[in-house]
Amino acid sequence: MIARVRTFALEGVDGVPVTVEVDVRPGLPSFSVVGLPDRGVREARERVRAAMGNSGLKFPQQRVTVNLAPASLRKSGPSFDLAIAVAVVAADGKLPRAELPDGVCGELSLSGAIRPIRGALSIALAARRLGVRRLLVPAENAAEAALVDEIDVIAVPTLSRLLDLLRGTWAPETAAPAIVSASDYEGGPDLADVRGQADARRALEIAAAGGHNLLMIGPPGGGKTMLARRLPGILPPPSLAEAIEITKVHGAAGLGRGGLLTERPFRAPHHTISSAGLVGGGVPPKPGEITLAHYGVLFLDELPEFSRQALEALRQPLEEGVISIVRGQRAVTYPARAMLIAACNGCPCAKPPPSCSCTELDRVRYARRLSGPLLDRIDLVCELGSAPPPRLAGGGPPAEGSETVRARVIAVRRRQTERFAGDGIAFNAGMDAALTHRRIAISPEAAACTAMLERLSGRGQDRVLRLARTIADLDGADKVETQHLDEAVGYRMSDPLQAAA
Amino acid sequence: MIDACDRCLRRSHLIAFLAADVERLLPPGRAARADVLEAGDDVLLAAVGSARRESAIAYMAGFDPDAARGRLEVAGLHAACAHTHLFPAGLRDLRQPPPVLYASRLDRLIADEDSRAVLIGSRRPSEYGRTVAYRLGRGLGASGVPVVSGLALGIDALAHRGCLDAGGRTVAVLACGVDVAYPRTNRRLYEEIRRDGAVVSEMPPGARPYRWLFPARNRIMAALGRLTIVVEAAERSGTLITADCASELGRDVAAVPGWVTADVAAGTNGLLRSGAGVVTCAQDVLDLLYGVGARSVPEPPEQSLTPVEASVLELVAAGTEIESLRVACGLAPGELRAVLARLELCGLVRRSASGAYVTAA
Repeated sequence: MIARVRTFALEGVDGVPVTVEVDVRPGLPSFSVVGLPDRGVREARERVRAAMGNSGLKFPQQRVTVNLAPASLRKSGPSFDLAIAVAVVAADGKLPRAELPDGVCGELSLSGAIRPIRGALSIALAARRLGVRRLLVPAENAAEAALVDEIDVIAVPTLSRLLDLLRGTWAPETAAPAIVSASDYEGGPDLADVRGQADARRALEIAAAGGHNLLMIGPPGGGKTMLARRLPGILPPPSLAEAIEITKVHGAAGLGRGGLLTERPFRAPHHTISSAGLVGGGVPPKPGEITLAHYGVLFLDELPEFSRQALEALRQPLEEGVISIVRGQRAVTYPARAMLIAACNGCPCAKPPPSCSCTELDRVRYARRLSGPLLDRIDLVCELGSAPPPRLAGGGPPAEGSETVRARVIAVRRRQTERFAGDGIAFNAGMDAALTHRRIAISPEAAACTAMLERLSGRGQDRVLRLARTIADLDGADKVETQHLDEAVGYRMSDPLQAAA
Repeated sequence: MIDACDRCLRRSHLIAFLAADVERLLPPGRAARADVLEAGDDVLLAAVGSARRESAIAYMAGFDPDAARGRLEVAGLHAACAHTHLFPAGLRDLRQPPPVLYASRLDRLIADEDSRAVLIGSRRPSEYGRTVAYRLGRGLGASGVPVVSGLALGIDALAHRGCLDAGGRTVAVLACGVDVAYPRTNRRLYEEIRRDGAVVSEMPPGARPYRWLFPARNRIMAALGRLTIVVEAAERSGTLITADCASELGRDVAAVPGWVTADVAAGTNGLLRSGAGVVTCAQDVLDLLYGVGARSVPEPPEQSLTPVEASVLELVAAGTEIESLRVACGLAPGELRAVLARLELCGLVRRSASGAYVTAA
């Protein structure tokens, strides 16, 4: 007898439908899985056998063949366990129907309990596209899957409970969606904690307002990391569509928190990370840090210490917002629309000026270790002094909090959305050379001053113009004025850095 | 402007052809290096191995002086040999003048005979040395004193840069062919010097730099200037070779005093101890060249600085960090950036490799 159950696999961060077919027929007792399964899927055999035994079911003493269709898709991981078990029971004639209309996903433990899976939201979205009405998922994943409407999500704790449900002897409530916080404490760290460093705060605000990538240069302890961590808090909160994307990505990477993630992610990988870790890769392919930072912030501290290979791999995703990885016969595409914040010391010894003995040549060498192609994607450079002594920093009025800054950023983002309606970009940093010239209006006085920009290379000029546009937006000005242009020039890369780029 | 006799062209191409062999055969130590040039063709040919001798003889037999002149013409380069009136007079004082001096612009070199100052120093200078080098270059450029230097990293590059920034004329003396931008880091500077100043060398176009050619180049620098100023040099610095050459030629030598604790100033302080002139600013150089008070550095064109700009400039000059700077002048962060950018575009401040603002001159 043959049984069919719908389940889903993850391809990149999206769910794709997979049909589990089980055929049980007389013959020597055996259990084989076909349809391009990897090792993890083949191991399902042991888990299914034990889970059925421990749930009071007899495993058919017949020849059992499991096919995962489409056979062309390579399948990995334990999330097919539950569907296989249900199909085996159905094929054995122990269920009212041999063909199940529901979607079933879950990993089995030997006891028959159901363990959580990755990518519940992506799977639920795929299920809706397929027209599935009811999705049966592990209890831990139910709230996340329930974010998708038009579909009933039911949390199933154990295999036997699931079979009760299918036999009509258990009628549970459908699961309710949940919203969770991405960070460990409410709302993330606040910008008000940063005393002093007004210049760097300004740079951070401009970066947030225009979506510009930022490089901070300064001695250790100057507050670079502290500032970077506060960037997600001053960016506009993600829209629903963005939040769903963020949740999908985290769910697919196994980092989901069981509900909708409504904060922008902040990823700060260590500098020893490989290029596969940074942009994704491996067998089977896994999303990298740039993907985990999708719609959020990727912070690279100690930028010159990162391997050149890793940094250069970042260039393409930063430019295109997606990363395609080809491994063997599979190609997967991950979203990678993150803001980049990088930090480095001013010189190799990283000591403050009086005790630093680095020569200018040492500094130039250090600067040259920064990857040129990556620097090309950075619009804004700001150097920080060492942190003010606590006595000084404690005085004065408290600094502005994240909420105040965020309100300004949101207003400026709105202006940009209007400006770029139909251009396919959302903020100033996204402008290419053509758009830079078409969409940036410069006042006559400022136009007279653009002559000074001639010292910069073509791309350097565009960078300054884009930045000046954001500064003008923060000022509420329709045209870029001289002071905006001046300020933008102040944030541009110093010549030794440019020489490296 | 190409005026060089066949014999001199031949000689200079032979040296270029054998440069790699000389590099290989020279004993360690720098004393003997420039002396190689005193050796005649036959001595040179005898010194290299027989295989190289054969090919050198074959090369010289096939050498066509007219074709060489044609190549110079096409490349837009100038050349003069010691037997012509185009040859810079200062070079005739050398024990072994270069057979041919190649230059991007020979006319500019001749125009300011007798007023040039050589400004050289360490390739790994301190921030202090960098500042002084740039200021001197700028001051001399503004005073119409052409600055001769070697296009090396560090002091040389800043001396050239300062002179160019002041609209002055600067001469880069290279150890390789005048069409070879070496070191590559200074490629942009090289282009600017070719455009606004002059690049000269005794090696024919296309010649690659070898270590022994640098001390040889130093003697040309020393001979081109009336005064040699060393900004920063360690105890055993190649820069001191230029100073030695200058004093051998009877030219004045001056040095910038440095910290007694700094290794990079040991050489310059040593020069001062042995009687070199003291240079602390461009005015000192003018006094040494033309006599005290004869000429003075022109006041920098009145920069109409606003009071705010002036006070920011003062604070940058005092070495204030950006955050303390902002607190001290009471500007909003964005305004401060704009002020600094304007000062940078006026050439009053510049940025170090780590991005911090420092005064330019």
